[in-house]
Amino acid sequence: MSTKFTKETYLYWYELMQLIRQFELKAEEMYKMAGKIRGFFHAYVGQEAIAAGCMTATRHEDPFITAYRDHGWALAKGTSANACMAELYGKATGCAKGKGGSMHFFDVKNHFYGGHGIVGAQIGTGAGLAFAEKYMGTDNVVLAFFGDGAARQGMLHEVFNLAMLWKLPVIFICENNNYAMGTSVHRTSNVIDIYKLADAYEMPADMIDGMSPEAVHDGVARAVKRAREGGGPTLLEMKTYRYKGHSVSDPQKYRTKEEVEEYKNQDPLVQVSRTILKNQFATEAELQAIDAKIDAIVQESVRFAEESPWPDDSEVLKDVYIDQNYPFITD
Amino acid sequence: MRSIPFREALREAMSEEMRRDERVFLMGEEVAEYNGAYKVSQGMLAEFGEKRVIDTPISELGFAAIGVGAAQRGLRPLIEFMTWNFAVLAMDQILNTASKMLAMSGGQIGCPIVFRGPNGSAGQLGAQHSTAFESYYANIPGIKVVSPSNGYDAKGLLKQAIRYEEDPVIFLESEVMYGDKSEIPNDEYYIPIGKAAIAKPGRDVTIVSFNKMMKVALQTAQELEKEGVSAEVIDLRTIRPLDWMTILESVKKTNRLVIIEEQWPMCSVSSEIAYRIQKEGFDYLDAPIRRITSADAPMHYAPNLVTAYLPDVTRTVKIVKEVMYIKK
Repeated sequence: MSTKFTKETYLYWYELMQLIRQFELKAEEMYKMAGKIRGFFHAYVGQEAIAAGCMTATRHEDPFITAYRDHGWALAKGTSANACMAELYGKATGCAKGKGGSMHFFDVKNHFYGGHGIVGAQIGTGAGLAFAEKYMGTDNVVLAFFGDGAARQGMLHEVFNLAMLWKLPVIFICENNNYAMGTSVHRTSNVIDIYKLADAYEMPADMIDGMSPEAVHDGVARAVKRAREGGGPTLLEMKTYRYKGHSVSDPQKYRTKEEVEEYKNQDPLVQVSRTILKNQFATEAELQAIDAKIDAIVQESVRFAEESPWPDDSEVLKDVYIDQNYPFITD
Repeated sequence: MRSIPFREALREAMSEEMRRDERVFLMGEEVAEYNGAYKVSQGMLAEFGEKRVIDTPISELGFAAIGVGAAQRGLRPLIEFMTWNFAVLAMDQILNTASKMLAMSGGQIGCPIVFRGPNGSAGQLGAQHSTAFESYYANIPGIKVVSPSNGYDAKGLLKQAIRYEEDPVIFLESEVMYGDKSEIPNDEYYIPIGKAAIAKPGRDVTIVSFNKMMKVALQTAQELEKEGVSAEVIDLRTIRPLDWMTILESVKKTNRLVIIEEQWPMCSVSSEIAYRIQKEGFDYLDAPIRRITSADAPMHYAPNLVTAYLPDVTRTVKIVKEVMYIKK
């Protein structure tokens, strides 16, 4: 059997997806069992293939922006597990200095523009990043991610129109995990194939198997090539599935256990490890060694977060204005 | 010195900064080919071309978001709203993205953007085109709010906002001031944001206002002059941050304060000023702080209702006399 992608690509995918998976599981454990993490918390478990495929189809300097299910994206772009776990804890060493929390990871050095909590808002902000890339004459392409819920926001339609009008170098990627919180896609619109929304703006669009890093890579690579060459935006609908609830507090009464199990059979980590073994890219033992390495990274991130300091109380009035002389009202 | 209308002063500010800095661009409805709904940007498309003077469809949320994203990536956008009444549709981007991203990102992402356009009432435009938004935006940490009353200030403040401000700036103009003429120096100048101006010195009472209500404030002072009352008139120019020190220094001298604004009364700019001055200047006050605002209602269409809704000289004179304990 021959594969279209190299051994290195498969091993990279495996390692990245395993990092995201293990990080999320550990973080959820620290939330639920240890009470170390608070606030809203949305896990990326099940959707890792999208991160994997997008990474190999883009360059490091291509900006990514997403909604609040953002841990996986920061890890994919290169934010350390330490900085991510510390952010979840709210520690000063976090990737947003403990000011963002789960929903607001940022790492601009790694071209990750967050971490946004208002459903659909980042679709427009992402197009703005792309406007700047085009204005400055770079050939960077922005990847703007959103969920199926955000597809029903007015922002999406305004920005699809503007992005096509100005041929902005942005790929709109809908991670369709079937549920806008507890509302299935079928209950949100007459149009259940979200990629078809692009038709109204004559935007190229594609539906992609979001459980397959190969399919994701191919779809994104095509769209990125078009955008880099000045061809403008693309909408990609990635069919995926989150194994976990919308957030940690979600009892998931809107779907059956059987449905969740059915998707777990298509698990991207299982599929990629099968391909790796079949093609002898690595042995079982070598994959286990990767797992052990990831486990050590994740364990270390917990230790790092535990031992890191809280932000100083004086940080309340810092990072509010760039103007260092701003006269805050304090009483 | 040249005498030019307010709209030209704004245009000079934008054009001068666009000549200086390639990263500055103007975007909004009708700003380019139509030369501006109120002709503020007349001729700018011809000078700067379509890359930098950009017409948008009627999508306030969408183009505000494009501006915010562009600012986060290093450009310095000037986003024009045809009126701030329409900008309410874009408020999510101003409140939840532009103002908060620096904090949420732990200082990684700034947003050097200027949102500008006409604000407040402009005659018989009915309820939906007549809201004054200073108090709304002044409530938001992370942004600055400028509301000039004349073309001279507007030019200096707008140039400052575009060139030197790294934080988002809300710049509130008025349709009914665009034709007002000001003396503008030939040499380039900037006016720092956050500093009020004493528009008329006086000794008996302090009158504070901003934007087009400054006309009511100054006319009130003239009327009072006839009756031997010397009013000091302060033009705030910036609402956030609020230059309350200038007000306090004046109140220390006059011991009386009246505020005139076009806001609705609840949680208005005058509410904040009154709090600050009673706290910092309690011992200097010889009378309650008074204010005159728009009526606590949507603005109606009929001409007499417009008049009854807005602060005016007659009522302001009456309130000033009350704080002066002048019986007549």
